[in-house]
Amino acid sequence: MTSEEISDILRDTFGEAITDSVMDAGRPYVVVDPAKWQDVAAFLRDDPRMRFNMLQCITSIDLLEENQLAAIYDFFSIPTDTGAEVAKMRHHFAVRLVTDRDNPHLPTVSHLWPTADWHEREAFDMMGIIFDGHPQLERILCPDDWEGYPLRKDYEFPLEYHGIPGTTEYELTNPRH
Amino acid sequence: MGEVAFESKPDVLMDLEKASQGDVRTEEMLVNMGPQHPATHGVLRVVLRTDGELVLEAVPHIGYLHRCAEKIGENVQPYQYIPYTDRMDYLAGMNNNQAYALAVEKLAGVEVPERGKYIRVIFAELNRIASHLVAFGTYGLDMGAFTPFLYAFREREMILDLFESACGARLTYSYLTVGGAHDDLPDRFLEVLIEFLDYFEPKVPEYNQLLSFNHIFVKRTAGVGVVSAEDAMGWGLTGPCLRGSGVNWDLRKSAPYEIYDRFEFDVPLGVDGGTDGIPSSVVVGDCWSRYFVRVLEMQQSCRIIRQAIEQIPDGDHINKKLKNLKMPADEVYVEIENPRGQLGFYVQGDGSAIPSRVKARGPSFCNISILNHVGRGCLLADIPAIVGSTDIVMGEVDR
Repeated sequence: MTSEEISDILRDTFGEAITDSVMDAGRPYVVVDPAKWQDVAAFLRDDPRMRFNMLQCITSIDLLEENQLAAIYDFFSIPTDTGAEVAKMRHHFAVRLVTDRDNPHLPTVSHLWPTADWHEREAFDMMGIIFDGHPQLERILCPDDWEGYPLRKDYEFPLEYHGIPGTTEYELTNPRH
Repeated sequence: MGEVAFESKPDVLMDLEKASQGDVRTEEMLVNMGPQHPATHGVLRVVLRTDGELVLEAVPHIGYLHRCAEKIGENVQPYQYIPYTDRMDYLAGMNNNQAYALAVEKLAGVEVPERGKYIRVIFAELNRIASHLVAFGTYGLDMGAFTPFLYAFREREMILDLFESACGARLTYSYLTVGGAHDDLPDRFLEVLIEFLDYFEPKVPEYNQLLSFNHIFVKRTAGVGVVSAEDAMGWGLTGPCLRGSGVNWDLRKSAPYEIYDRFEFDVPLGVDGGTDGIPSSVVVGDCWSRYFVRVLEMQQSCRIIRQAIEQIPDGDHINKKLKNLKMPADEVYVEIENPRGQLGFYVQGDGSAIPSRVKARGPSFCNISILNHVGRGCLLADIPAIVGSTDIVMGEVDR
């Protein structure tokens, strides 16, 4: 199925929970209301037309100008049985959730796709998005006592960490973002 | 997909006084495996909760190699970022270059000349062989066989020599870049490549004799760490780990990128033992299946390279009109089939020459996340077998 068809089915099924549908982007996606996300996610996984059994990636992005954070979920449908349905499968799809930057909360989907466990931890660690209902929302790549969320655009690099200086004999290079 | 809570409290522990009078008194113990441990293939720390030889929990702790490569990607131009992608999966630099280049090309609408595409396929597949050779050799090493390691590195050395002749580097190549490959093939390269393939292809049955069907090796790996197809998809396993569980999914076949639809090749899958000379104790999705899929994939890569050598046209190796590459305000997500699985790059542009967000989805990151699920209830000695069979590279797990 194409992204347009999937988007239409989602709109028919969930109505206003699908707040936007961007189909002319380099990667088409729909925007889902976070309050309804777990229902939509379960539909994406279990509906026989969808069968998105593989969650590929969760990308977190910082929308500084709109004062929002976003998470993008990429799905693939891997055909598991043979037959006529197989040709229709093999589709992929993307969903975007947007949340307030000052109080970023999104519902977890780690009970639907176990791989979301680590992806959500990474998004929490790097971008500071809090996934409600996650079994163990801790930092995964940075140390537990790290301060701030490195991938946010307004992140300031620490000048010292446990006695390790963040500056060098050269000048501190300031990143662009 | 639901997780079953593991119950392992031997009855003897119910009555502690009685237990201490017995011959063996067992109690739970926390064991730190790593971060400096030869069987963890890098700086991976696994906290094992053990009861005697039994593993109750195996929690991987990662991040020791974290360099925030994604933040770097938001600060440099795509050409400057290509060398950073080498350092993610340092055993498959070519494939990583290719993945990022494909993402940027899709975003910026860059054409790649035909010859450039063929050069990319040849080098991607050569690197796949080199990477699988390391996986094959070190897995033997993990299981106590030293000789296969030397054989694997003997052949890998020849591939590295080929790489060196083309781009000057032996590990971090930065050879495949946006628009094609940054240099044309050197003189006589294809002839030497054919010589290598003629030499290499008969070696694979030799590896099988040496390691794959070795009785001790099969005992250590067959039926150990079994991952069902549902679990493999649910936990996001890709590459040989997914195909070892019997799922027919290879991006080169299922969603062809670049020019992979022009080649004929098979996708090896894990199968139950007993037929075709496969040891009878093998189960779909066990460590041996994941290992053996890699061995078979080396042969398929040889097939692809031979076809590419026949088809490769003359012409430009890189798009020479590229200047001042701008990233339009759009976003793309591109995945390719790395030796370890699906490597994805998300690139978002904002109209300038520097992307505003780069995200890398490392296959090893997802593949190792299943360790705690599979490792529960195994024996302590099985943990290196499971970690080794997932063939992780920590540079990519931590990025």
